[in-house]
Amino acid sequence: MVVRLLEKIGHNVISGLENGGKVIRLSTDAVVQLRHKPNWNHVLQQMVHLGVDSLPIVMLTMLFTGMVLTVQTAHEFIRYGAQASVGGVVFIAMGRELAPVLTAVVIAGRVGAAITAEIGSMKVTEQIDALKVMATNPVAYLVVPRLISCIVMLPILGIFANVIGTVGGYLVATSYSGISSFSYLHSIKLFAVITDVTGGLIKTMVFGAIVAIIGCYKGLNTAQGAEGVGRATTGSVVTSMILIFISNYFLSLMLYR
Amino acid sequence: MINLKNVSISFNGKPVIKDINLDVEQGETMVIIGPSGSGKSTLIRLMIGLIKPDGGEVWIDGQEISQVNEDKLNDLRRSMGMVFQYSALFDSMTVGENVAFGLRQHTKMNDQEIARVVRRKLKMVGLSGQENKMPNELSGGMKKRVSLARATALNPRIILYDEPTAGLDPLMSATISRLISSTRRILKVTSVVVTHDMASAFWVADRIAMIYDGQIIACGTVSEIKESSDQLVQKFINGMSSPGQAAKRRAKI
Repeated sequence: MVVRLLEKIGHNVISGLENGGKVIRLSTDAVVQLRHKPNWNHVLQQMVHLGVDSLPIVMLTMLFTGMVLTVQTAHEFIRYGAQASVGGVVFIAMGRELAPVLTAVVIAGRVGAAITAEIGSMKVTEQIDALKVMATNPVAYLVVPRLISCIVMLPILGIFANVIGTVGGYLVATSYSGISSFSYLHSIKLFAVITDVTGGLIKTMVFGAIVAIIGCYKGLNTAQGAEGVGRATTGSVVTSMILIFISNYFLSLMLYR
Repeated sequence: MINLKNVSISFNGKPVIKDINLDVEQGETMVIIGPSGSGKSTLIRLMIGLIKPDGGEVWIDGQEISQVNEDKLNDLRRSMGMVFQYSALFDSMTVGENVAFGLRQHTKMNDQEIARVVRRKLKMVGLSGQENKMPNELSGGMKKRVSLARATALNPRIILYDEPTAGLDPLMSATISRLISSTRRILKVTSVVVTHDMASAFWVADRIAMIYDGQIIACGTVSEIKESSDQLVQKFINGMSSPGQAAKRRAKI
């Protein structure tokens, strides 16, 4: 029983390390392939598909996150007479943590899953082999445009997320919690600094790279038909989210200490 | 043109190809036959560098491909084409875009020149005017023909066919066999065809190699194979299997 448990743990550790190594290798390959000029039409298509089409769901998520954050903070802050700080707190929480992380989580669910399902179904129907046979590197053709798109589009989505989250907070603060418009905006001016936003945007770039690389890696390693595509897609979303949360902790330590 | 020297490969410790030697001459059509799971498709994937052998050498056009890097392999692949068992058409692209793919990736042709080549290749496989259809609107036979048009778009010197008639009715199988022969005649290509469709094999082959349990057990011209004294070869080409237990019991009674 104990031996079997240890064997299972050992197997999982080895397979985790093996997958980690393969992900690093795919990332390196993608960077190496940047020496060739990417197909910019393809990159733009991916930017629209992965970025622009995700805007409504990101904005909806962040609007309500900003609103609920303000409901909770305003209620407590008013009890202690600190209502003049609500705007600043909401803005800083949005800029540093909530906008980057929640945007990345939404994108991992929407875009990461789509990348894996698309590349995974290409893998099981031999389309990836067809690319190789036609002397086209699958990393250059499939991974690089998605990586560039995610790294460029996630910070842009992050900016929208910041703005709409803060606006959501403003609406609730002024219409529901009885905080004046001046007080909300003044506290943002008082407490927030530019690094609250730029740090968050750096995070979104890292998260974008994670979503793209994990999505592509899981897709390129899909096996066993339609069932394999489903399993790879789920694995892609779960792995991306775990890596986003872990890397967010270390990025926060690096950027805001 | 294509030379396999003592090639072996195993998957998960199970040997699939065992010390195979095979030479395909320039302009020749070599058909590889054998039962399912005997290693035919693995052999063809070795020839185009999709997998690397555990041992031995794979020579294509005077270059040993199992040791070269991806860039050199891609240079070589530009002179090769492959028709996949399930066609492997890019399902997000139209028929025309599929055929044009290699031209867009590897040539400096403008849109008009590419469209002209696409029209010519589709006409060659009897699919004129189908450029704007999506792969999911095509029948199995049409997909195979588009796959052939795509494989010939860059005028390759070698074409590999993986089960080109699998899953097709006899009439469509005959059409595909005729296309393989005419492609060879028009483009003067060297062809390797993996199949277990004997009618197609006898139609297109200059020589036939039979692979059984990872080894080549017979290789020769069509007439040599037809007259082979090897029992396995005769059973395979005549579609006979060993009698099952039920047949043996009935024979005893």
